[in-house]
Amino acid sequence: MKLAPRITRSALAVGGVAVLIASLTGCSGGLGGGSASTGDKSVTSNSDLQHDTTITLLTGNDPASIAQGKAYADGFHKAEPKVTVKIDGSKPAGGDGDNYVKTKLSTGDMDDVFLYNSGSLFQALDPDKTLQPLGNEPWVEDVDANFKTTVSTSKGFYGAPVGTSFAGGVLYNKKVYAKLGLSVPTTWAQFLANSKKIKAAGITPVLQTYGDTWTAQLFVLGSFANISAADSSWAKQYTANDASAKYAKQPALEGFQHTQQVHDLGLLNKDYAALTNVNGLKELAEGKAAQYPMLGVVISNVQQSNPDQVNDIGIFPLPADNGADTRLTVWEPGAAYIPTSTTGDKLIAAKKFVAWMNSSAGCAVQNKVVAPSGPYSISTCKLPSTVNTVVSDTQQYVQQGKAGVALEFLSAIKGPNLEKILIQVGSGISTAAQGAALYDEDVKKQAQQLGLSGWN
Amino acid sequence: MFGLIAIAASAVIFLVPFLFVVLQAAKTPGEASSLAFSWPTEWRFLPNLVDVLQANDGIILRAFLNSSVLTVVSVVLTTLLAAMAGYVLERRPSRWGTVINFFVLAGLIVPPAVVPTIWVLQGVGLFKTMLGMILIETTFGLSFNILLFRAFMRTIPRELDEAALIDGAGPIRLFLRVVLPLLRPVVVTVVVVQAVAVFNDFANPLYFFPGDENATVQLTLYQFQGQNLSYYNLLFMDILLITIPPLVMYVFFNRQIVAGLTSGAVKG
Amino acid sequence: MTTTTTQALPPASAGLLRQRYRPRTRSAYPMWFFLPAVALYVVFFAIPTFASFYFSLTRWTLFDTTFIGFGNFVAFLQDPQLINGFVHTFEYGFVTSAAKVVLGFLLALFLTGPVIARGYLRAVIFFPVLVSTIGVGIVFKNLLDPFHGMVNALLGAVGLPQPGWFTDPNMALWTIAGVDVWKGIGIATLIFMAGIVAIPQEYYEAARMDGASSWRLVRTITIPLSRPAMATVVILSLIGGLRSFDIIWATTGGGPGFTSDVIASVIYKEYQAGFFGLSTAGNVVLFIVVTAVMVPVSWLLNRKQVDL
Repeated sequence: MKLAPRITRSALAVGGVAVLIASLTGCSGGLGGGSASTGDKSVTSNSDLQHDTTITLLTGNDPASIAQGKAYADGFHKAEPKVTVKIDGSKPAGGDGDNYVKTKLSTGDMDDVFLYNSGSLFQALDPDKTLQPLGNEPWVEDVDANFKTTVSTSKGFYGAPVGTSFAGGVLYNKKVYAKLGLSVPTTWAQFLANSKKIKAAGITPVLQTYGDTWTAQLFVLGSFANISAADSSWAKQYTANDASAKYAKQPALEGFQHTQQVHDLGLLNKDYAALTNVNGLKELAEGKAAQYPMLGVVISNVQQSNPDQVNDIGIFPLPADNGADTRLTVWEPGAAYIPTSTTGDKLIAAKKFVAWMNSSAGCAVQNKVVAPSGPYSISTCKLPSTVNTVVSDTQQYVQQGKAGVALEFLSAIKGPNLEKILIQVGSGISTAAQGAALYDEDVKKQAQQLGLSGWN
Repeated sequence: MFGLIAIAASAVIFLVPFLFVVLQAAKTPGEASSLAFSWPTEWRFLPNLVDVLQANDGIILRAFLNSSVLTVVSVVLTTLLAAMAGYVLERRPSRWGTVINFFVLAGLIVPPAVVPTIWVLQGVGLFKTMLGMILIETTFGLSFNILLFRAFMRTIPRELDEAALIDGAGPIRLFLRVVLPLLRPVVVTVVVVQAVAVFNDFANPLYFFPGDENATVQLTLYQFQGQNLSYYNLLFMDILLITIPPLVMYVFFNRQIVAGLTSGAVKG
Repeated sequence: MTTTTTQALPPASAGLLRQRYRPRTRSAYPMWFFLPAVALYVVFFAIPTFASFYFSLTRWTLFDTTFIGFGNFVAFLQDPQLINGFVHTFEYGFVTSAAKVVLGFLLALFLTGPVIARGYLRAVIFFPVLVSTIGVGIVFKNLLDPFHGMVNALLGAVGLPQPGWFTDPNMALWTIAGVDVWKGIGIATLIFMAGIVAIPQEYYEAARMDGASSWRLVRTITIPLSRPAMATVVILSLIGGLRSFDIIWATTGGGPGFTSDVIASVIYKEYQAGFFGLSTAGNVVLFIVVTAVMVPVSWLLNRKQVDL
């Protein structure tokens, strides 16, 4: 549980993608002026509004999320002049944001539409009681089947995808790789060998940025597809408290060991303890560092800070010890939801708004403000014709079947202290084995708090 | 000589961080992100100020208005109620004293429970209203200020009360005309401390006073944070802006504090 | 010399006065003065707090509650970070409190005496109190950044070691304590100043006539008679220190790892993780611990006062 907001606790709140920078520079998908999408089936389907209606949209409180929300609001208002969407940019990032959403829902005070994660975080909202079912909306048939499961309970379907899916892996500087004659590693040993050559060339081999604590989790969370490849039933056994599926045991222990190794072998940047994600990305883009275990979504930051170097950066999966298991780990996009407290005209307007987001005009806005980082999860949305190299690399792994879904879409369990534990392991305060054992305890506590069977 | 050293040391310890904020607020985005303590090569103070004021439809102006109303009203209420309670508590010892003491301490120790408090606010119809928020801040400030008032009530001689009573003053007159004026240094202290606490409060308005039109100043800091460094200069400009009202208030009250202090506080 | 205080009166005569005016005194301090404060306290604080204590016995998702008895307390007391957190809490609470009491008193003494630029110094020391905790966190994280911050740049320029203020596991908690004292010293000083100037000058004059030295004046008059201020500063700063959380959260978030975690931040992380019942149980435990420390401390401080 909680991958995306934990892993992206700074600003990537909604499923990581939707919240990133409204990078208006280098935008590739042109938005056709104010072209209203009146012919769109998804927009005209509902009963019509009698009066002018104002609804509110809850977004994250960082500038990028608010700018993005505004772009949706403006675009929709052009298509549907009777409805005005007001932005409530008040949701804090990370765990505080989760609580904020839960508090608003449980006290009946939620905005008419809100953007939030799919997967386990969505499940924690008690959707059957708090959310309006959207299963009968006409656009549902266009939604990707995998995504559907991440916003559904046994009783209903509740969310419309917003943004693209994205990968977690190693962002690397292709120019540095070319200059040193390196090839993309598929085993952990090759990764270390590459890293040593990079170090010998006077370039930082592996970036870590504990100034933003969530970034410490990549070696573990970003390699989950490798675990699934080694043992396809791992997630199920892990959820059921099966003694074989623990982080203190292989294959899951690998992620902790790798976190420790890059530190012990001196492969990290010297300021790893304080460096922030954005500054780390700058170093990667400028070729001062070569490899950065990261989420693909952050590429939009590079688009803003180093627009000329965006296509110098590619992504490959975090390599497993056994190269046959190496896969790219993929996250589903976040979604737009409507709470049960929204009724009447506001409900009609909210449904129209949600439908519009995945209409052709809505997708154009998404392409423009969100900077795609992987495939969309609804067939009505298409990627722009030219995409950056991180997106094309991601697509390649997905098409070759060399990708797997992240743990938060398979299990509700995630210990809240993973990032802290991994920082200890990655700074030499504790060993991989100690960290993994501690994390298993953390997981147990969370499972017990969820009241899952088999954990007491 | 000693005084000069004190001035120099205090300047380094207390003013350099402030200067850092001012310099950062005047820089270009790129320069601000380097975090160096340096003179801006290009002085962008005004453009940055305009950017911050215009950000997000001028949310900061709304926030200033909301925070000001909230601060002024709740501080007046807290000061009055805490003074009254502290006064009776000190002057009229009873066997309830220990129990009351315990509850006052409890108010300082126990963090407020968010969701049940929202239920109460919804129950009395004050959720998401300025009045509700004012009462919340007033309540949460009571313990701290009762403790302060009670401590200093001791320094006011009881003979004064008695003299006033002999002159035929009622309890309200005694309190407002005799006791409260003598407490001026404490009142000023309470006003300043409480005003700063409310003005700088982040968590309570977030939960008890939600909504964009209800924004308070601390929430605006997030408009310039997030992951994007290009807002760094604006972030510091915002910090600077929202520090100014407490600063002005303090400069104003500082004279009062000094006046209260040098008058010797209590004259017989 | 008409100024006297009740404290200076012999207990017997104070008692006499009190008795003589008793009927009038009662009505002079009517109980209804309490009422508004009590009403607010009960409605907006006591009721929600007691309600939440019930939730400490449940597994609470905000949407559902399941009664689980003392399970949350067991889980909280088994937290691997608990011991570590308690040790840090006490270290942090006592160090910041002691620093605020000692430094605050010395500064107050200094600033109530004849010094140049007194107004400026009083204002400057109070200045950090005015800045929000979030703002203080942002400013110090940047000033003390180990590689790019101003402080280490200066230290490096004069050849001194450049510590990882917030990133060195052995330093982080103490750096935060320093920032806490920096931010809070103004209030302590202000309370002490108010206490010191409330001491009637007559005492000093009388003692000076007896030829007492300045140090003796401080020791025999200022310190004993500013006890109410002392008690207030000790109580406020100790409670503040023991449940300190926001400044830790704004600077290190309890890190690196768990090295600057205190009990309040452990509880907050549980709250953040959505463990609402568990975090409420943690708050109950913290409340009991802080009360266990504060009741004797406050009793001791108040008893000494009676001794005067």
